[in-house]
Amino acid sequence: MIRSKPDEEDYWNSSKFRAFTFDDEDDECSSLKESKRTVNSIPLDDDEDEDEVEKVSWSGEPVGSISWSIKETASSTQSSMRDQGFPKIDTTPSLTKQGSGYSLSSLFKGRSKTGSFPSFSESLSEVSTRSFAPELRKPKSEYKDYVSDWTPKETVKRMQRGKVYSLETFRSLKDKLLLLDEAVSALDGNVITAVLIYLKKSLSKEIISRELMSREIALRHYIHYLKEVGEQKVLLDLLKSLGRTEDMALLQYREHLNLKDELRRQDFLKNCVSLPFAPDDANHVQDHYTLLERQIIIEVNDKQVEGKGQTDIFKKYPRKASILNMPIITTLYYSCFYHYGESEGMYSSPANIRQTFKISEKQYFLTALGARAKLKAWFDVDSLFTTKNWLGYTKKRSPIGFHRVVDILQKNNAPVQVLQEYLSLVEDTELRISLAQKHKCHDIIIDTYKDLKDRQKLIVYRGKVERGSPEDRKIDSLLNNTQIRWKN
Amino acid sequence: MISLADRKMAAHLSYGRVNLNILREAARKELREFLDKCAGSKAIVWDEYLTGPFGLIAQYSLLKEHEVEKMFTLKGGRLPAADVKNIIFFVRPRLELMDIIAENVISEDKLRSPRDFHILFVPRHSLLCEQRLKEQGVLGSFINIDEYILDLIPYDGDLLSMESESAFRECYLESDQTSLYHTAKGLMTLQALYGTIPQIFGKGECARHVANMMLRMKREFAGSQTQILPVFDTLLLLDRNVDLLTPLATQLTYEGLIDEIYGITNGYVKLPPEKFAQKKQGEGGKDLPNEPKKLQLNSAEELYAEIRDKNFNAVGAALSKKAKIISAAFEERHNAKTVGEIKQFVSQLPHMQAARSSLANHTSIAELIKDITTSEAFFDNLTVEQEFMTGVDTDKVNTYIEDSIAQKDPLIKILRLVCMQSVCNNGLKQKVLDHYKREILQTYGYEHILTLSNLEKTGLLKPQTGTRNSYPTIRKTLKLWMEDANEQNPNDISYVYSGYAPLSVRLTQLLARPGWRSIEEVLKMLPGPHFEERQQLPAGLHKKRQQGENRTTLVFFLGGVTYAEIAALRFLSQMEDGGTEYIIATTKLINGTSWVKSLMDRLETLPF
Repeated sequence: MIRSKPDEEDYWNSSKFRAFTFDDEDDECSSLKESKRTVNSIPLDDDEDEDEVEKVSWSGEPVGSISWSIKETASSTQSSMRDQGFPKIDTTPSLTKQGSGYSLSSLFKGRSKTGSFPSFSESLSEVSTRSFAPELRKPKSEYKDYVSDWTPKETVKRMQRGKVYSLETFRSLKDKLLLLDEAVSALDGNVITAVLIYLKKSLSKEIISRELMSREIALRHYIHYLKEVGEQKVLLDLLKSLGRTEDMALLQYREHLNLKDELRRQDFLKNCVSLPFAPDDANHVQDHYTLLERQIIIEVNDKQVEGKGQTDIFKKYPRKASILNMPIITTLYYSCFYHYGESEGMYSSPANIRQTFKISEKQYFLTALGARAKLKAWFDVDSLFTTKNWLGYTKKRSPIGFHRVVDILQKNNAPVQVLQEYLSLVEDTELRISLAQKHKCHDIIIDTYKDLKDRQKLIVYRGKVERGSPEDRKIDSLLNNTQIRWKN
Repeated sequence: MISLADRKMAAHLSYGRVNLNILREAARKELREFLDKCAGSKAIVWDEYLTGPFGLIAQYSLLKEHEVEKMFTLKGGRLPAADVKNIIFFVRPRLELMDIIAENVISEDKLRSPRDFHILFVPRHSLLCEQRLKEQGVLGSFINIDEYILDLIPYDGDLLSMESESAFRECYLESDQTSLYHTAKGLMTLQALYGTIPQIFGKGECARHVANMMLRMKREFAGSQTQILPVFDTLLLLDRNVDLLTPLATQLTYEGLIDEIYGITNGYVKLPPEKFAQKKQGEGGKDLPNEPKKLQLNSAEELYAEIRDKNFNAVGAALSKKAKIISAAFEERHNAKTVGEIKQFVSQLPHMQAARSSLANHTSIAELIKDITTSEAFFDNLTVEQEFMTGVDTDKVNTYIEDSIAQKDPLIKILRLVCMQSVCNNGLKQKVLDHYKREILQTYGYEHILTLSNLEKTGLLKPQTGTRNSYPTIRKTLKLWMEDANEQNPNDISYVYSGYAPLSVRLTQLLARPGWRSIEEVLKMLPGPHFEERQQLPAGLHKKRQQGENRTTLVFFLGGVTYAEIAALRFLSQMEDGGTEYIIATTKLINGTSWVKSLMDRLETLPF
């Protein structure tokens, strides 16, 4: 995007805004350069004092920092593994562990937070068997009978402090809800979630959603929990029963991202269309479905055409990737690239895509221009901007500003004649001149000064072109033209 | 040696008004205690995310002293061989990590002599995670499951962060207040170390919630009152959603720009190596100019402390001034004639060498940044931001945004701008909002409906409702736009955004003087309640303020704070007649990009 710099500066200077510019460009630059110079001129002492200077590896990590050490210790293991050669069979029976001298109790003389382990001596006795078949063992807490009648409040406190607790003693609905309310009022999300997990296991969906409806905080935690663990189905049912249909619709729509196969994805999106989205989202989802449907058709067709190897455009510019799941603007670009000029009835035609997806005029022009300029199809570019009025005169018209057209053409290495044509259409004369200068289109500059009847500028400009060149001669003849009534 | 190096590591934490090194020491003590609980040799398996924050607490040497022989990064599959007695997992309480741990445990070689497994949850134990381990059938394999309460990590002499990435998302999108509970807990720890904070102010729903929890926790622990003279006079709790605008704006301080452009994580920045490549030969034999240059950034570095909070436009001059000073210092060697003088000079050399290399680094960084700030793209983007912040044409479709979409500029850039326009217009006209949404979805893909919906739920993007646009009133009353912001010698906080004074910091400033009563009307326009609470101090702990002694305020940003806001608060601390010094705490150090990113739908399966 090009904006005229002088224009902008005027704007900044005259308006109340302060732009973030270096007030004194040169000065600023030189001060940086200067400090650089100084730095480099100062003698460098190579053997830095070891005691004073912290050692830093090239990656900047101080030697001895944690992330550095992970690399270090890990790599030393790798080498030791290599040295080992074959894996050694460990002949020591694993059960010796139990007899090993170290005392586990010494590990845990502090407070314990292992809620699930009633006592450590018990877990010790399990160690050996556990390591053989851990999945067969249930942690003790699951079947151990607790002789406890802790109140909800006590239970929540114990949970918070990581002590042994049991939720199974809360059997009636009333007790469970008391427990939940207690957890909520303790404000500890960790405990709330743990209680909710217990409730989910022991209560029906209907009862949960009924009870949570009046418990906003618990409800939020429950929703977050279901999202975390990926219980999509339960969550959808919950949202539905709560009447949060838009959330439900979005959540369901999101699932399409997990479907890799495009046909399954298409089917899924088709079903999404009828979900209770907010009105504008509903349109977008419909478009999403339509888009994928079209992409699948185009992809099948183009793959086949390309495979046959008889179509020029695919031979010259083989497709780099499939068009499936690309955004609509990318699809339009693709269509303008490979299917330009197809009749509107074709799904793959730019006109059809533009119409179906209500692409704005600006976006359409930019995309079509980009694609055709890439192919250096200057004729298409020309007709893109040409309109006929009712008298049959042709006229160039663009919804995006001709300065941007010039910019895009230039980026695609358009020939000077093409550039000039669009440059001359830039309305703002200052912008036109600065662009022409940037792209070295002398004719445009000379013509513009002539139109402005600015003799002085023209004389100055003569100094910038080569002596005896066609531009030079053109300026001369203009300056000698007595017909022109110069303003200066 | 080790302890010396370590003291150096943390020295900058004790420079400030409040000695935050006490907090670090407490954290280290707890870590040592935990390690000693697992007797014998050990290997630590790290959740990689944690190594950064942990690095601020302890070095490898501390772990080594406590028999940590090996360290690995947490990965699926089988654990690497290591002849140790204990395997300790240091992890965040996240379900996907539990699955990895389960895999490790299940595939442990049954023939080797068994190793003991432990889990250390950071920053908190999670029953949900335990549940997951149980489902995976491995819960019983752990000898010890513990938590390491690392709520507030000291980042600098005046800065604490919980580094909880998803705090804003959880609070304002998922409505999960667990992170607020951690915040309250963290503040309780802080009070245990630094005394009860007598005055609590707050603005916003989450602030109210945290204050309630704190007051309640205090009642519960009523018996164990700390007998410490309070270090903080005031706590100010601020919801991020009270000021959604500030993080969206491009930060224009030196540190802010480093973060915007390269991203600072855990006090480190990774920079393109080219500008640093010159004289590094002879380092371990191998030169790796392709690896990014990693630099640590904190106030321990004298030069950085001096320039980090300056507007970038004032950095060049500061660097050149510094260069002259250093240069002159080196010249001194010619004047050193006597043995004594030479000895004196030599004794200063190490310090001068350090200053020299620091100057070289920052000159290079400034050059890198300048290349960007002088680009047309940066200029255009900033122009639009400033138009929005001053209320120009915020109710129309903006051409620059349209053009940026057409050019397929990064989506986050587009979202930052659209959200900013929405915030500055107190919601967009339905037609404008619909237009942006359609353009975004058409260009970047329909699946971004999900992200847009997230932004709408958090209020960053919204349709205008019947009510009048209150932003201009807020802007004028709080003087959020200063016409003549002085970048070189600032006299107002607005210098950090070259004109825009961050709303959050303005509220902080006005609270100190003349007090919020003067801006009641505006406070009502901003979301959430504002409140004041007092905490009783035990008798005898009332501070007798010396004449002219500054007050100390802890400002806690719930949902994140930017480096530019921190700079603005430091500026207020340093004002001669300011009367208040600020310590800053937050759930996460953020910038507009990382913040918006945290709100995007996680589109892992996005095809491109």
